Amino acid sequence: MSKDIRIRKGLNINLVGAAEQTTSKAVTSNVYALNLDDFHGITPKMLMKQGEEVKAGEPLFYNKNKEQMHFVSPVSGELVEIVRGARRKILSLKILADKTQDYMINKVPDLDTADGAAIKNYLLHSGGWPFIKQRPYDVIANPDATPKAIFISAYATAPLAADVDYVLKGKEQELQAAITALGKMTPGKIHVSIGSSGRSPFADLKGIELHKVSGPHPAGLVGTQINKIDPVNKGEVVWTISPQDMVILGELLLTGKFNAERTIALAGSVIKAPKYYTTKIGAEISTFLYASGVSEDRFRLINGDVLTGSKTSTEGYLGFYNNTVTAIPEGDDYEFFGWNKPVFNKISTTRALTFSWLQPNKKYDLDTNTNGEHRAFVVTGQYEEVFPMDIYPLQLLKACMVKDLDEMEQLGLYEVAPEDFSLTEFICISKQPHQQIIRDGLDLLQKELG
Amino acid sequence: MKEKLHQLKQKYEGKKMAPAFNALHTFLYTPNETTHSGAHVRGADDLKRTMNTVILALVPCLIFGMFNAGYQQYSAINGFPENFSLFDDFLTWSNFLVGLTTILPLVIVSYGIGLGIEFLFAVIKGHEVEEGYLVTGMLVPLIIPVDTPLWMLAIAVAFGVIIGKEVFGGTGMNILNPALTIRAFLFFAYPTWMSGDKVWVHGAKAGLTQAGSTDAISGETVLGALAQGSSHLSFSVSDMFYGFIPGSVGETSKILILLGALFLIFSKIASWRIIVSGVLGSLAMGLIFNGIVDAGWLPTYSKFYTLMSFPYWQHLLVGGLAFGIVFMATDPVTGSQTNRGKWIYGFLIGFMSVMIRVFNPGYPEGVFLAILLMNVFAPTIDHYVVRGNIKKRLRRLKTATIYPQASDEVDSLKTETA
Repeated sequence: MSKDIRIRKGLNINLVGAAEQTTSKAVTSNVYALNLDDFHGITPKMLMKQGEEVKAGEPLFYNKNKEQMHFVSPVSGELVEIVRGARRKILSLKILADKTQDYMINKVPDLDTADGAAIKNYLLHSGGWPFIKQRPYDVIANPDATPKAIFISAYATAPLAADVDYVLKGKEQELQAAITALGKMTPGKIHVSIGSSGRSPFADLKGIELHKVSGPHPAGLVGTQINKIDPVNKGEVVWTISPQDMVILGELLLTGKFNAERTIALAGSVIKAPKYYTTKIGAEISTFLYASGVSEDRFRLINGDVLTGSKTSTEGYLGFYNNTVTAIPEGDDYEFFGWNKPVFNKISTTRALTFSWLQPNKKYDLDTNTNGEHRAFVVTGQYEEVFPMDIYPLQLLKACMVKDLDEMEQLGLYEVAPEDFSLTEFICISKQPHQQIIRDGLDLLQKELG
Repeated sequence: MKEKLHQLKQKYEGKKMAPAFNALHTFLYTPNETTHSGAHVRGADDLKRTMNTVILALVPCLIFGMFNAGYQQYSAINGFPENFSLFDDFLTWSNFLVGLTTILPLVIVSYGIGLGIEFLFAVIKGHEVEEGYLVTGMLVPLIIPVDTPLWMLAIAVAFGVIIGKEVFGGTGMNILNPALTIRAFLFFAYPTWMSGDKVWVHGAKAGLTQAGSTDAISGETVLGALAQGSSHLSFSVSDMFYGFIPGSVGETSKILILLGALFLIFSKIASWRIIVSGVLGSLAMGLIFNGIVDAGWLPTYSKFYTLMSFPYWQHLLVGGLAFGIVFMATDPVTGSQTNRGKWIYGFLIGFMSVMIRVFNPGYPEGVFLAILLMNVFAPTIDHYVVRGNIKKRLRRLKTATIYPQASDEVDSLKTETA
């Protein structure tokens, strides 16, 4: 029986520059890169040396703590550079792509007869595994653990995020394959949340429990949905996977090919013609950025959406999990008496001479200015208005800051990921780095108890 | 100007005086800081805007207080006007001048000493000057009697800011409301000056006499009169509501406090939960007292009789109760931080205020003591509210479905599910 989720608390951040629903093929990138920061908590051990030739889907490195977990190359070509940082930590891997792509073909397990262990083994070796993430800790799933359920959010509410239904159109076959495979790895259910209209590529798939969600952001965040459907308790594990990544997973299961192709949204007020592009994981962002054009010289380029994405540059590469690239103006300018003037062009949840409440549907052109300085926590009751989970956000943040492990556990840190605190961070009057605080808290908890 | 200040900022960067300079700089311009981690865009509000909103709500009370200072002084000398007219008797230049010369120094001393200490601490400790004192500095002159000597105020402010706030770590870390700490310090350090019926009207302490007589003027507050047992009040309910009565500078005009409250609730800066439950709490206690009197349990000669028989809803119109509930109880740092806790916290403040007001033998006002008391208990209230959430989570844990890990030893599995 499906359960509908209605979210009341939250905030839609309407921004200028949503991607128009037309898709172009991006120019083929010369160099592709895997940014190791995308794989949080993974210590890489290289399988390939600099200068070696790789096929698309051939393992580049593995997880030092789980040797069977391979990370594969999105394209075929030459591994031209292993970029290292302080203490020789590997930062990224760059691959000079071949003109004609050469795929490594894995031996596909029979989806009807294979058991969970066989599928797990296949995904680990073929490079599909890193797409599966787990809670607690919001990291790549631990293959030793059995999840009590798997959650998929097929409804994007983040500002300027790619429309899930649009980018998944026609991918039902791959999605079904991925679901069938995932279903074998859990005794529990696969919960898929779709928009309230009910039109979704997932709507007719088998082996899932469908939920309709409605309400403002963060209704589309998988963390919110988990909290409303079946919250994570201490000791339990749930997996999450994004629908876009399921397409790659599905193709990997059907054909044995790791096809890193995906449709991404290029959006933001700086982009002249925001729209969708098909490209590959790790592609140079410049291959599609300038096709749409930019209207300013200086801007912030973000791998992901404006709330949770990571900063990149025009020389950057598409992230492993991202299906959105956003460009917004930098805001490194002073504003005269900016703290007491009435504000019409910024979003606020208060009405302290801020007037965004007058036009809830107006689209804003926000820049990266913090609109104030970092302060101690002062105001209370504000986060609760945009935080729909049954968790005390302020108290949990404070528990993480003072590293009180008991309190972190008791207040529900197992249930959250940094992205769940992106909205409270957005509205925070004290300009505290909520997502960083939660990330550090999760890392500490995993180190001490995980 | 913008460019010059930017260059100055870079010059000061990393130096000892940087926090002091930045405080002044950010007062003029919101900084050019951009997001580094987490969300790339941020909401429009910062702490300065929040504090500024509270100050905006307080300004009408301050201006009214200035007029009222003159009005009370002239009325004490010449008697209250027979046919009161707002423009001829109240909003006059001479009234305002009295207020300006007595109250503006209070404001200047409050801000001067308080901000001076804040800057000093910021420079010593090397953190930015936080905005907490902007509101405190405005509240202080409004909750003290008009004839508070400036040197007393200066000492009290220094005490309140250092002991009430900075020793705990500054803005956001304090346990007690700094403005009320200052008020309490004045009351307990200089009780003979701060209580009685002379301090409320400017000049009464200095021995001003009534016109055409040698009798000294008196400035008895409504509560003072009630505590003395005089059931005959010289002020009507509408006087109390509009605020043409003696009292601390900013607390008299209930209509302006009400407008301030509506503004703060509408702008979502103050917690409506605390305000509403505070009003409910004070009404409840007032009703209980009225009930005791009505039931005839209290003999008429009791010294509590007049205060207890005072109509319950009029408690909100006299003294600092309304002002305290709207502007002091709603301080987010020292109050309850959970929404459910706010209901309990506010209710108890209203309840206790009226109780202390009636039973306090020396000084018939209780709101600042009640709020300080509840400041101390606020973390306890929150603790139990948060416990409720934790218990819910623990109950859920009993039905948890935990699957064995592939690499788990049987023994470790047992401890996991135990």
